[in-house]
Amino acid sequence: MARDLDEQTELGGVYLDGLMRAQLRLSVTVLTMLVLGVAAVPVTYAIVPSAVTWSVFGVPVAWIVLGAGPYPAAWLLARWYTCQADRVESDFAELVEPPGADVGEPPVAEVGEPPFAEVGEPR
Amino acid sequence: MTDLLAVAAITMVCVATLIVGGLGLRLSRRTSDFYVAGRTVSPRLNASALGGEYISAASYLGVAGLVYEQGIDTVWLPVGYTLGYVVLLVVVAAPMRRSGAYTLPDFAEARLGSRAVRHVSSVLVVVIGWLYLVPQFHGAHLTLTLVTGAPDWAGGLVVAVVVAAAVGAGGMRSITLVQAMQYWVKLTAMAVPAGVLLALWWRLGAPPPAVDPSWSIPTFSDGADDHATYRAMSTVLGLCLGTMGLPHVIVRYYTNPDGVAARRTTVAVIALIGMFYVLPPTYGVLGRVVFPSLPEGVRADSLVLGIPAAFASGDTASALTAMLAGGAFAAFLSTASGLAMSVTGVIDQAIRPRLARVAGGDLPATRGFRYAAIVAVAVPWAISRAAEPLGVTTSVGLAFAVAAATFAPLIVLGVWWRRLSTWGAMAGLVVGGSTAGGAIVVAIAVGPLDGWPGALLETPAAWAAPLALLVAVLVSLATPERVPPDTTRILVRLHTPERVGLARSGRDG
Repeated sequence: MARDLDEQTELGGVYLDGLMRAQLRLSVTVLTMLVLGVAAVPVTYAIVPSAVTWSVFGVPVAWIVLGAGPYPAAWLLARWYTCQADRVESDFAELVEPPGADVGEPPVAEVGEPPFAEVGEPR
Repeated sequence: MTDLLAVAAITMVCVATLIVGGLGLRLSRRTSDFYVAGRTVSPRLNASALGGEYISAASYLGVAGLVYEQGIDTVWLPVGYTLGYVVLLVVVAAPMRRSGAYTLPDFAEARLGSRAVRHVSSVLVVVIGWLYLVPQFHGAHLTLTLVTGAPDWAGGLVVAVVVAAAVGAGGMRSITLVQAMQYWVKLTAMAVPAGVLLALWWRLGAPPPAVDPSWSIPTFSDGADDHATYRAMSTVLGLCLGTMGLPHVIVRYYTNPDGVAARRTTVAVIALIGMFYVLPPTYGVLGRVVFPSLPEGVRADSLVLGIPAAFASGDTASALTAMLAGGAFAAFLSTASGLAMSVTGVIDQAIRPRLARVAGGDLPATRGFRYAAIVAVAVPWAISRAAEPLGVTTSVGLAFAVAAATFAPLIVLGVWWRRLSTWGAMAGLVVGGSTAGGAIVVAIAVGPLDGWPGALLETPAAWAAPLALLVAVLVSLATPERVPPDTTRILVRLHTPERVGLARSGRDG
């Protein structure tokens, strides 16, 4: 199966599409949550104008929400995404190379032309 | 005010940079050492290095000054800087590492099989890198002059010389260690004085900041005040997309061992920079407590350094100011070395074949790299002497906006869209670069504008980035014959996890 991917057979293409679609769906989910989170601030102030006067122990809530809130939220979101993306990849790996199946050695040295030439090397 | 402690702190940071940079001299032998540190940087070290590189003069000095001047609306800036890494993580982190490239132009050329796209990308890397380097030098001028009374050309020159030496010594291997160390220097140098100052403020009876109420009220609440909502949202969008388009950030992704490590790195970076970004607004608020208006000789961009003297006196104030000044130099040095590194890589790739021809073909690879490092640093230093300072955060914002309108669409489409054609990519780069760059040039040349023209020109990311993306998509759809024939093969490489045994020759050079 790894070879199908490598040689771009139709079957390989189908698997790649599946992988990319799963990853893209995950990414779009995270980006949507991000947009909703950012937009929530102006929307809240538009709907509840009195929110500007809220304060906790004399500190305006807006400063806490904007000054400290986004960082732990961003970190949790990033962590969640990473776990999910790793799972998508391990599912994919098991699909194309089922553990225990005889897949042979990875065809490391088979392809002559590297897909990414060492353009950085001195010529 | 000449201050020996501050001079000692700045000297210590510079000397430590040179010593740690010198370690790379012993480690760097091969081209891949110079460009991508042999692709062996662990997520923890790489995250510290990214944090060290990302927290620049704009974050360290600029944000506090803007919060002081404009209030809560500018707290969006550090939020945007952080969210940029979330966007980078979900869109490009792992595929970027798997591309196997050394620099952004390498990625562009390999993905699209076009020398022309490569050349345009190279020019953009240099433009963005220099746009970002100039304010680092300005910050250094400002800091050194304020704390030591040195002539105003000295600070930038110190940074330029140290950075050129560190980059030239061992390329990416040196820079990785230098930047990782400087993240922790910066965090300490900003957090410890913040703690002391907050304690002093508490002892004074915690006086509230002397401001009029609008300063701490988000402008979203009071309707269309010069399109503040658009400006804030466009700035956040520019920072979110710009982060993934910044060549010095992306180049660090190539140093990860694999795609999974690239993701882990990003999660750790978000934690590290999040810890830091709570601090600059704190200084902005403390500034408002003690300074109803900026005192003589202190500019918004050097406010941070002026605060300790207002809360304490004598040795305490000197020690805190010295710490902050040392941390500020760590910020200039680490950001400038990352930028210089990415610009050096591109210049080196562009000029080495020509240099080698002139030198009769026996030019050692490392010497070309070192010449390129000098050029990469000298030119922006000269610009910083010639150009009127714009405000550290404003200049850095411009670099983000240009990155958001050029490399961000190219990378997003390059990683996720099979039908991207060479012409589409080229059109996107040109349209994004000329609109975002042009808008900013017009805004600076014409001066502050009111209403929509001002908002659109000064914060162009919200329209220029989608426009560039749209142009790239439409031109690609119109030129299907220009889709590179090996697109599928490259996308397989970008998305397939490493453990699947593909023939990945050429990835780990």
